Amino acid sequence: MSAFFAIVKRDLTLALRRKNEVITSVFFFVVVAALFPLGIGPEMNTLRLVAPGILWVGALLASMLSLGRMFATDYADGTLEQMALSPNSLSLLVAAKILAHWLLSGLPLVLLAPILGLQFDLSTNALWVLTLSLLLGTPVLSLIGAVGAALTLGVRGGDVLLSLLVLPLYVPALVFGAGAVQAEISGLGASAHLSVLAALVLVAAVFSPWASAASLRIALES
Amino acid sequence: MIQKLFFYASPQNFYPLAGKLWPVFACLATVLTVWGLWLGMFVAPTDFQQGEGYRIIFVHVPASWMSMVIYLAMAFWALLGLTFNTRLSGMMTKALAPTGAICAFLSLWTGALWGKPMWGTWWVWDARLTSELILFFLYLGHIALTNAIDDPRRADKAGGILALVGALNVPVIYFSVKWWNTLHQGASVSLTKGSSMAQVMLEAMLIMGVAFWMYAAAMALYRVRSIIVVRERHAQWVAELPEVKAQMMKNASGGTKA
Repeated sequence: MSAFFAIVKRDLTLALRRKNEVITSVFFFVVVAALFPLGIGPEMNTLRLVAPGILWVGALLASMLSLGRMFATDYADGTLEQMALSPNSLSLLVAAKILAHWLLSGLPLVLLAPILGLQFDLSTNALWVLTLSLLLGTPVLSLIGAVGAALTLGVRGGDVLLSLLVLPLYVPALVFGAGAVQAEISGLGASAHLSVLAALVLVAAVFSPWASAASLRIALES
Repeated sequence: MIQKLFFYASPQNFYPLAGKLWPVFACLATVLTVWGLWLGMFVAPTDFQQGEGYRIIFVHVPASWMSMVIYLAMAFWALLGLTFNTRLSGMMTKALAPTGAICAFLSLWTGALWGKPMWGTWWVWDARLTSELILFFLYLGHIALTNAIDDPRRADKAGGILALVGALNVPVIYFSVKWWNTLHQGASVSLTKGSSMAQVMLEAMLIMGVAFWMYAAAMALYRVRSIIVVRERHAQWVAELPEVKAQMMKNASGGTKA
């Protein structure tokens, strides 16, 4: 377990030394959310209706932007090989890297979402549900994305390929995440959606580190 | 029995078997397609609600079935390949993917053609249509990934993991899309047919289903033969194949002329 926290700490330290990358993907989220009203029109009733979808798709794309970097630098400088050789299970170390990725690219989005939600005139309850759904949903994005990032490691045109692989697999998280907010707005209550999201996180947390570790081993073999 | 299966797990031994099998499947596919289409186009009665337009069902439904079956088959070969570390399994996964993508595309395309006269729209965000579309994306992702990796062994293994992750995800995607759909829009269009199908329509559809199955098997075996020859081109046994020898002779004579 100490190795787990050591890796989380290391990744956070590395990222904070280069704040640029973290801040860029957060700003991407802000800019995308601001572009949609310009495309759709300033009609508040329409915007309120499309807000959950826009904010969720924005969060999804923003968290995907940083996926390519999850393993790439460690792969380039050989750290990843050392991790694979270490006596600790690679799945555990990968889980630490996924957690670090979420802390750097998921959590800022969760914290920022209520403010962006205000631009779309969401009610207080809807804002709470939006934040909660992103809190439960963004880890799913990091977990599923890790498998894709591991599969495309060192592959030609990996970044574009990564989006093609990962986006279809994000559908359940998007459906239930944006659906939770929609359900809250329409008065149905969001608890069912949030429960399913929580279930998705748990299942992904079990399988994803394992599948990512297997994919990383394949990448390291060749 | 198991011994026999592992004997054919070697590309060298499977190549001639596939060569014998694919024409059989192709013949069966042709015969069944002719029979099924004849039943469907000429024997089956006109639907009293949908007129003649419903006859696209004889292509649409089998294509949709096969798009799902092939993904399962890919996941099966992927699992086999990752557990037993057999080379042939990865080649089979790779050989199946394009046929699966074609079936998914055909299913979407014929669905749109059917939807326009029946529902008055090319596309509805129905649960089945949407999940079929996502399945099509999964196929494209698989093909793109395996093509982007130069080392064939790595491509096979990475593709295998992706196929398994996708296969785990397909039911989740289906149910999430279904729930999303029922929440967002009322049942403006119902895909379930009110009346039960006439016996001959069902027969024609099942025959076409088997025909598509045979077609997929023939195409996969044909394609896997090409993949085997390309991947094993440095092996002695490939150089000794009569078809490869004939091609070499042709190239050599062409080369001297030029």
